[in-house]
Amino acid sequence: MADQATAWLLILSGDAALFAIVRLSLLVSLSAVALAALIAMPLGAILALTHFPARPVLVVLLNALMGLPPVVVGLAVYLLLSRSGPLGEMGILFTPSAMVIAQTILIVPIIAALTRQTIEDIWLEYRDELTAMNVGPLGRMATLLWDARFSLMTALLAGFGRAAAEVGAVMIVGGNIDGFTRTMTTAIALETSKGNLPLAMGLGLVLVAIVVAINAALWGTRVWADRKAG
Amino acid sequence: MRAPTSDLPVVLDDVSLGAGGTRLIDRASLTIAPGAPTLIVGPNGAGKTSLLRLCMGLAAPSSGRITWGGRIDRAPSRRAIVFQRPVMLRRSAAANLGFALGQAGVPRRDRAKRIASLLDRVGLADLAQRPARRLSGGEQQRLALARALARDPELLLLDEPTASLDPAATRSVEEIVLNAAQSGIKIVMTTHDLGQVRRLAGDVIFLLRGGVCERRPVGDFLDNPAMPETVAFLRGDLVI
Repeated sequence: MADQATAWLLILSGDAALFAIVRLSLLVSLSAVALAALIAMPLGAILALTHFPARPVLVVLLNALMGLPPVVVGLAVYLLLSRSGPLGEMGILFTPSAMVIAQTILIVPIIAALTRQTIEDIWLEYRDELTAMNVGPLGRMATLLWDARFSLMTALLAGFGRAAAEVGAVMIVGGNIDGFTRTMTTAIALETSKGNLPLAMGLGLVLVAIVVAINAALWGTRVWADRKAG
Repeated sequence: MRAPTSDLPVVLDDVSLGAGGTRLIDRASLTIAPGAPTLIVGPNGAGKTSLLRLCMGLAAPSSGRITWGGRIDRAPSRRAIVFQRPVMLRRSAAANLGFALGQAGVPRRDRAKRIASLLDRVGLADLAQRPARRLSGGEQQRLALARALARDPELLLLDEPTASLDPAATRSVEEIVLNAAQSGIKIVMTTHDLGQVRRLAGDVIFLLRGGVCERRPVGDFLDNPAMPETVAFLRGDLVI
């Protein structure tokens, strides 16, 4: 009980260290979602709208990659970015940029796979009308992505949930450096192992609250938009 | 921008369409040229929708040849179709028309004016900002007509546009269709309603088992049919 009270006290007093950690976590995960959306949504749409021999293999692979273990992604990005790695010259290992890259790789398959499913469904519905209106391949992609925009929010949410919750990838490529690459999840892991349960719990509560708040906001947006756009 | 080509006449030359072992259209030959509305009637499963899809270029014939204004290119330039259950984009009524105008190559600055006049033409001016999918069946059908007219077609294909509408909604759709026909658009329309044939048709195609059984001017078709199958159909018998 005492631990919980301390946790709430930390949150309510606006503890600067806690605030910095929350801020970095959000910055990294939201950047990863934005970046991943830019890559994954067109990718998913292309997979939904094209037919080529290797397509089924790609679809299965993409679905399988949704369960990519964060530590494996972390390790791969670590090897890429480490001093002796192919991208070592960039010197971004143990920086927030490296964490964004790792999380982006982690959630691209999730967003792409969900986008593909969504776009495939809406394409079945729209195919005849769009063909009759002589809409070209690029126009089709843009139209379907736009008209599926509210359904696609679910894909973004799934991606954000995954990014915000994972600890393995950011731990490996970020290094959990105090005040620089420490996120909520890595901090929770660290504080728990140090036995500093109040801070760990405070962070845990904040993390859960943020995820709930973002989901609620998007759900509200969807209901509102649904009413507006049909 | 619009190519200076014409989609008329549409000529079907010995066209068949098969799907999964069944023949939907069986060696049909016909020509659709400018003129009064052509109505297509026939029992369920006779191939009415398939025939429209072929004329639109949405389906490729399994044998035979279709040409539009002498060309075999299937991309629709001056033709439009309204499906029995039109699918509205998840946008406002006005935005649905804006989309169609954009696809037809109408420059952005002219679209607002065209949208207003199209909505006016189908009596939906008050519902411009309403989400298209929230409109009633009759309103959606009229919006679909406006969307088809946005393409400035020479040929307008309509698949039972009044099938599930009440008489008032049916009348407003028929008025739009007649209006379009008077403005020089060739109408080809399927229907189940012989009263509608009398009200709208210039000539009638009677489709049976995927083939053109009979095609005649509306007066002859209704009052003086040539084929025994047509006689039976008009009498209300089940023609198989």
